[in-house]
Amino acid sequence: MLLTPDDIKQIAHLARLGIEEAALDHLAADLSTMLDLVEQLQAVDTEGVEPMAHPANASLLMRDDIVTESDQRDVLQAPAPALQDGYFLVPRVIE
Amino acid sequence: MTWETVIGLEIHAQLATRSKIFSASSTAFGAEPNTQASAVDLGLPGVLPVVNRDVVRMAVRFALATDASITRRSVFARKNYFYPDLPKGYQISQMAFPIVGPGRISLTLPDGEEKIIGLTRAHLEEDAGKSVHDLFDGYTGIDLNRAGTPLLEIVSEPDMRSAAEAVAYARYMHSLVRYIDICDGNMQEGSFRCDANVSIRQSGSNTLGTRTEIKNLNSFRFLERAIEFEIERQIDIVESGATVVQETRLYDADRDETRSMRSKEEANDYRYFPDPDLPPLVIDDDFIDAVRSTMPELPAARRARFVEQLALPPADAQALCADRQTADYFEAVFENHSFAPRLAANWVLGELFARMNKENIPLAASPVSSAQLGRLIERVDDGTLSGKLGKQVFDALWSGEQDVDAIIDSRGLKQISDTGAIDTMIDAVMADNPTQVAEYRAGKEKLLSFFVGAVMKASRGKANPAQLNQLLRERLKG
Amino acid sequence: MHDMTMAQQAALLASGELTSADLVEHYLARIEQHDARLNAYLAVDAEGARLAAAEADKRLQRGEAGPLTGIPIAHKDIFCTTDMATTCGSRMLENYVSPYAATVVDKLQAAGMVTLGKANMDEFAMGSSNENSYFGAVANPWQENRVPGGSSGGSAAIVAARLASAATGTDTGGSIRQPAAFCGITGIKPTYGRVSRYGMVAFASSLDQGGPLAQTAEDCALMLQAMAGHDVRDSTSSVLKVPDFSESLNENLAGLRIGIPDEYFAQGLDSDVGDCVNEALSVLESAGAILKRISLPNQNLCIPAYYIIAPAEASSNLSRFDGVRFGHRCENPQDIDDLYTRSRGEGFGPEVKRRILIGAYALSAGYYDAYYKKAQQVRQLVSDDFTSAFAEVDVIAGPTTPTTAFERGAKSDDPVAMYLNDLFTVSANLSGLPAISAPCGFADGLPVGLQLSASVNQEARLLNVVHRYQGLTDWHRRMPDAVA
Repeated sequence: MLLTPDDIKQIAHLARLGIEEAALDHLAADLSTMLDLVEQLQAVDTEGVEPMAHPANASLLMRDDIVTESDQRDVLQAPAPALQDGYFLVPRVIE
Repeated sequence: MTWETVIGLEIHAQLATRSKIFSASSTAFGAEPNTQASAVDLGLPGVLPVVNRDVVRMAVRFALATDASITRRSVFARKNYFYPDLPKGYQISQMAFPIVGPGRISLTLPDGEEKIIGLTRAHLEEDAGKSVHDLFDGYTGIDLNRAGTPLLEIVSEPDMRSAAEAVAYARYMHSLVRYIDICDGNMQEGSFRCDANVSIRQSGSNTLGTRTEIKNLNSFRFLERAIEFEIERQIDIVESGATVVQETRLYDADRDETRSMRSKEEANDYRYFPDPDLPPLVIDDDFIDAVRSTMPELPAARRARFVEQLALPPADAQALCADRQTADYFEAVFENHSFAPRLAANWVLGELFARMNKENIPLAASPVSSAQLGRLIERVDDGTLSGKLGKQVFDALWSGEQDVDAIIDSRGLKQISDTGAIDTMIDAVMADNPTQVAEYRAGKEKLLSFFVGAVMKASRGKANPAQLNQLLRERLKG
Repeated sequence: MHDMTMAQQAALLASGELTSADLVEHYLARIEQHDARLNAYLAVDAEGARLAAAEADKRLQRGEAGPLTGIPIAHKDIFCTTDMATTCGSRMLENYVSPYAATVVDKLQAAGMVTLGKANMDEFAMGSSNENSYFGAVANPWQENRVPGGSSGGSAAIVAARLASAATGTDTGGSIRQPAAFCGITGIKPTYGRVSRYGMVAFASSLDQGGPLAQTAEDCALMLQAMAGHDVRDSTSSVLKVPDFSESLNENLAGLRIGIPDEYFAQGLDSDVGDCVNEALSVLESAGAILKRISLPNQNLCIPAYYIIAPAEASSNLSRFDGVRFGHRCENPQDIDDLYTRSRGEGFGPEVKRRILIGAYALSAGYYDAYYKKAQQVRQLVSDDFTSAFAEVDVIAGPTTPTTAFERGAKSDDPVAMYLNDLFTVSANLSGLPAISAPCGFADGLPVGLQLSASVNQEARLLNVVHRYQGLTDWHRRMPDAVA
């Protein structure tokens, strides 16, 4: 198995993803199978091949520096779970 | 054992655009929380970034101003980490292919020496929002107005060897970014922020010591103090036989010390990768040429021109080129006039600056315009005014009067250069002071200033001082 | 009236023989009748649809209508709408109403289309069976114990069961084409950049592309016409002029060079599926096309490359679901990490979690080069294969999927077996090419899909070939008995 339950814990922390302790073994097995699937990439000779991050060879389109957005706070904050005085609220972050 | 300090700076300059780097929200400072945070800035599901062209132009301006290479195909990358004021869970930045490659600037150190400081890179990125910890009991409030504000992060080589050099470099950059109109330089509002990487090593060593990064130094004084404290701290550690820990430290201005930012230093794994929402940013010659055609003359070139063509002393040229507004003002003063630019420099650096400093007024708010000052200097240069009378006219202008010639006329400030008129006054003064005349003629030549003062007083300050001197000498000879 | 194609309905709407109100009521009644079994709709907005239909009928009467005015459709629940929730099939977005609408939604509304409701889907478009929806699986209208495919399984089931005239979908690795194949309908994934992604909740940004699912190529052409076009809000959207897709539908196929990759007919292909596809190729040959064997040598690397790239992008795209500004938030978070960890742990289902984890792993320090960068290089090789192939042929043909629709639950415990459904479809996403799936027969009563792909921006060619094929066959006219 390529990944251990401890590995899963570590990656889950990186992704801030709550995983139940009981699910760790199963996930480690699943992810190891997924890695087995992709393992054949390692055998491919990619020397000198440019990595392809975007399908189109298009260049970036840019916009003019114009402010077209106006205050939409009430609408945009409608889905927010916790608000006060226009701020989004989260548990106190200790600096 | 002697120690050498090695300092590199990372400067975050907020680019002076109207709208954000990836959205059309305003970047104006000080709005009510979250009123300048659009769907894109909030990172709502489904939104996409679109790059502001002026942000790219400004980065290119910076490259042109620092002799830096421009990356023809730069790539926006995502820096992934979780923090409540980072709405998408990643910051769009540039990693492997920054828009500005290596460059260099020439710094004039306080002792007058020139020093080349290398620039490693400068890249575009978006700012995060603001976390407010002291407004709500038990909660942190998140304001995303600042999220998406465009930043140019300017990374220097570790080329500075003292806190003073670091400050000189930071001041240079602060002046430059304003000079080329890419940043307003407002440090209180966070438009220009410095992080310092500091390490020490034995003098003569070529290897770099372990560095610490000091964050968010929002004034030049704090930058200097923080580095000096940190150098001392590191020397103490090493001399006590311990080793410096690589970490991020925060400068506490109240206690004048740096302290570790995190109790347990968590190894960050930012998982940078090319942002799939943004294809590579391709910059062609036409784009660069268009930017180049709008570039102002840079401070170094302007300084050199002031010295070589206008015959200014290097120190004056340096002072006048400290920022673009001053240099522009100075050049406007002698534009359309025939007097020597040197005179304009004297007035700007002398009377004008003294008054601005005294009353703590920036040049932009000066009540005396460059046209008014030019006319005033012309009246001094053509003999209408003496230097002293000129200062009276300057005072009148400063207090809001507009027309130089009207001030001269209405107050009768015109200098008396008529030989006959001066002679008459000399006659009267000599007649009133026969004792002093006799003493002078007996060899007490120091009394000349007595006579000058007396005649000047009689002329109510308007006698042409040069003429008065000459005539007095002749007449006192007897 | 549900037995008509969208084009036929549009003709009757234009002539006044049919009203949008009639169509909407008809579909609402059918949804009432059939959707309890299928679970294809996550939300139905009867009132909104009736209002929009009334508006459409006014425009039709005034002669101000376009070709799609008054046609009822469903949107995959990944497209942001302001009048209905946009859940992405996830607990994370249960009850989430977007403050803004997707460009595709706006464009189709501007074209006069009437939205009946939102279509079920695999959570965040991750899946090939629609079993990953937090709101329950969708039944395949042909055999209800079978899956409809995914991730646009709800959209495909809705069109197959005639619960709307057409539907929108998204395709990241086959999510339009595979369910279209499983449900016996036509679906096209356009060239990357053809359709704006603004307001389409991102799964893997460099692979995602929206497109239509409908009964026929003609219907797809009509709808794609309204969906496509440059969007200033999407930096990756194409600035190319959108051709008139309907205009070229009838072009002759004589001399059309069709490439048949050896690799598509080798690994893991169900023989019944292969027979149907071969039969379809004979039909095309009889219509004048020239069949040519070709090779796509890196075909076997598509799945591995895809299952690094898509999860890597997804792991980052899904970071914004943190319980702070929208979406699920856990009860009584103790601190900020607890808020993140529990909100995300509770809000995301198992497949989404697997992909976030594998994606974060592939991007993490020490593994980036071995996984992510390698996959990107392989992506380039795959893309190069197509460039070479399209120097010799006009379109490439093969099966859409290795098998027909499988039974519900059959693969839900084996993620990798599930991934192999995408064997023939992911290459078009990796390369950004357009590809279409159209019904080409049945195996054991289940539809088989023929997939055609073409060079970038050649959607018109694909629609043309399928339209001609559909003129010679009637597979696309078949309807499941249970919903007839």
